Amino acid sequence: MNEMDNKWIGKNTIRPDGADKVTGRAEYAADTIMPGMIWGKVLRSPHPHATIKSINTKKAEELDGVFSVATSADCIDFPVDTPVILGIQDIRWMARNVLAKEKVLFHGHPIAAVAARTEEIAEKACELIEVEYDVHPWAIDIDDAIKPDAPILHDFIKFDGRPSNIAGTLEHKKGNVEEGFKDADIIIEKEFETAAVHQGYLETHACLVSVSPDDKTTIWSSSQGQFMVRAMTSFITGIPQSSIRAIPAEIGGGFGGKTIVYLEPVATILSKKSGRPVKMVMTREEVMRASGPTSASKSRVKIGATNNGKITAAQGTFYLQAGAFPGAPIRGAAGCCLAPYDIPNAHTFGYDVVSNRSKVAAYRAPGAPIGAYAVECVLDEVAEALKMCPLEFRLKNAAKEGTKAVHGPTYPVMGYVETLEACLSHPHYKAPLKKLQGRGYASGFWFNAGGESSAQVNITEDGNVVVTTGHPDIGGSRASIANITAELLGIDINRVSVIIGDTATIGFSNLTGGSRVLFASALVVTESTNQVIDILKDRASKIWNIDKEAIEWENGEARPAGDNAGKFKPLSLVELAEKATPTGGPIGAGHQVNTVGAEGGFATHICDVEVDVELGIARIIRYTAAQDVGKAIHPAYVEGQLQGGVVQGIGWALNEEYIYNKEGKLDNPGFLDYRIPVCSDLPMIDTILVEVPNPKHPQGVRGVGEVPIVPPLSAIANAIYNAIGTRFYSLPMSPPKVLEKISD
Amino acid sequence: MAKIQVKTKINGEETEFLCQPYDTVLDVLRRDLNMTGTKEVCSTGDCGACSITLDGRLVCSCLVLAAETEDKDIETIEGMAKNGKFNVLQKTFLEHAALQCGICTPGMLVAAKSLLEKNKNPTETEIRYWLAGNLCRCTGYDKIVKAVQAAAEEIRENA
Repeated sequence: MNEMDNKWIGKNTIRPDGADKVTGRAEYAADTIMPGMIWGKVLRSPHPHATIKSINTKKAEELDGVFSVATSADCIDFPVDTPVILGIQDIRWMARNVLAKEKVLFHGHPIAAVAARTEEIAEKACELIEVEYDVHPWAIDIDDAIKPDAPILHDFIKFDGRPSNIAGTLEHKKGNVEEGFKDADIIIEKEFETAAVHQGYLETHACLVSVSPDDKTTIWSSSQGQFMVRAMTSFITGIPQSSIRAIPAEIGGGFGGKTIVYLEPVATILSKKSGRPVKMVMTREEVMRASGPTSASKSRVKIGATNNGKITAAQGTFYLQAGAFPGAPIRGAAGCCLAPYDIPNAHTFGYDVVSNRSKVAAYRAPGAPIGAYAVECVLDEVAEALKMCPLEFRLKNAAKEGTKAVHGPTYPVMGYVETLEACLSHPHYKAPLKKLQGRGYASGFWFNAGGESSAQVNITEDGNVVVTTGHPDIGGSRASIANITAELLGIDINRVSVIIGDTATIGFSNLTGGSRVLFASALVVTESTNQVIDILKDRASKIWNIDKEAIEWENGEARPAGDNAGKFKPLSLVELAEKATPTGGPIGAGHQVNTVGAEGGFATHICDVEVDVELGIARIIRYTAAQDVGKAIHPAYVEGQLQGGVVQGIGWALNEEYIYNKEGKLDNPGFLDYRIPVCSDLPMIDTILVEVPNPKHPQGVRGVGEVPIVPPLSAIANAIYNAIGTRFYSLPMSPPKVLEKISD
Repeated sequence: MAKIQVKTKINGEETEFLCQPYDTVLDVLRRDLNMTGTKEVCSTGDCGACSITLDGRLVCSCLVLAAETEDKDIETIEGMAKNGKFNVLQKTFLEHAALQCGICTPGMLVAAKSLLEKNKNPTETEIRYWLAGNLCRCTGYDKIVKAVQAAAEEIRENA
């Protein structure tokens, strides 16, 4: 298809879910109600680390207005020594995270739950549950968790043959780093740390669950995957997946944090035991204490280069804190950090460290910003030592098509170099700076993902189109799918309706995550739509009594082609739909497949800061993000992904952090003290959409959602150095830390 | 505890409800009146998702007791579109892709409307500071600010 001929692909159409969202009609999980509904609340651990000796729920059960109580005794028992793998999660941990079993492992860890007539009664009943604890010492930070005499969270986890909080390792190796460093004229090695940060989705976790006496279960919840909700709830409760219908409500932000369950299995147990629909809504404090966040980290990076600017070797070691159960995103840190570069010798290590904090959840390019922060800051120092422009230095070492990446693959067609060139030729690159202002650069990479997707495209009786897919829409995927379907069918966008099916109405579709949704759903929607077009041609062939092959589909109608051209009046989609019954019945097609061919995404960012040396505030005054987006199906929402990712990165760099007190409890579980960027903190975020189409995708789509959070941490750190000559090796670069460092 | 009877006006409609002395306007809107367009995100006045106007003044409905709304005029997101037609801000938010997940959108719209009622020609800085109490985690605010600018321009042109 000729690019210039596109009518809908590449156009900023109005999002299908927009009208409901601007009028308050959109239904999020917390907005759902059912007749007879009661309310569930969770009892949470007051200790960061303790063995549960006993739980007595009798007094809670006897309180007037209480319908049911749940503890881990109501869940399927998964022995700790046998992995139960579901995607990247282990149900052993998930079950224990949902309701603690042998031990509580963080302050806020759920222990029991109550369903009652009102939230107030449920809360009161939680207080009546008697729990006997054997309290243990705890470890919050990585250093405390890996020191020789650290309190051990899980006795069965061994490292070097001894019980340890190091739950897993990973390494990537290419060439020989020792030899590579020998070839270097300059070597720089630095250590870095980052604080745990929360995804900060505004909608708190919520669900409504109704279980009938025959176990038929309906779940309304806000998640990044209704099939994930179904599977995890099934595992933990023992109700078969075929009996569970998980209905995706609108999701009020996820950013990775809603790829696991917290409430759904609990509400299912409470509903099953009470016979009533149970609604549960977390408070913001519960979200902060017991969901997400992403890892805190400590890392060391060493990079060597020749005097003419070629990197000869790179080494990186990354310790990522996983929280209560194994699963820190070490692959994102150790795997993505060197991905933009063609480096002959490299070695990266990742360590997955458990500690007495809430279990980490995915957060936008999990682990990658942590890895890039260390690497891109060291690269800035190397470029400075070589007296090279940081962008030219990156360009000289940039990975290209055919480069063998440190994390394994040999790259296909990709647009990293183009992002560097776009930045070099952007006016921002040469714009003058004033005193106490500085400019920083950084690049970033994210793997992007494919995976299972299903779609169904149905023609309505009046000749319009309903597209159903199975991925919750968190970034505007419905708008892009509408663009693609309208383009393929050659009809007006307003004739296409895109909805997200529930687990009973559409085939299995994996999580909304890994920047996979548009890549994968566009593939299955394209295949389904092409099948529909084939059916439409077949119907026209029956009406005209000519071969299907002698018909082409163009501009929303079947036209006789070849020898038959002009012989019959074209049949529109509406006319073919009207004749659907006599020509063969309903018109529709579906496709479901494990999609492959998702290629990685690269970005380069330019950031200007101004540092207020009196107050220690680093203010972002200009920001430009260039990214290879493959093909922007809906440019405004691609820009939105870049802008949103950048601003989350700004928060991570400048303000956000989990602060624990001496009792091992989170001190800032709310938006007042956990400060995410607000409107007045920011300038406009400029974007450069570099389009190097993914050759393995019908529309050239690459994932775009995660890459933009990768470069900002280091771009900002490098900009602050450029402004005031002080390098920061620890995030966040919050006003107290900036002031302290300036006054040193 | 005896419930309190309150008579108020919501989006121009006379409304009566019973509430506990500790219920907030947000509790009553969402739980008792089923007006779930107003969102609960933090419940501590830090995010603006529950923004409404009370006698024309922009407030967080999680910080106002329901019992205080006797004889007041409450405006919520549900009252913003009139006679099935979008308010100009609703239209420009859609046109400028100023929303993603949409959970902050009702509060953002109510707050922006309140700004434009006071100032039809706000600078970018004025918009940014007026909306500083309305958190958005998806958009980076860029397109929200542009949508408000576009709405202001449209209002001025039609004045």
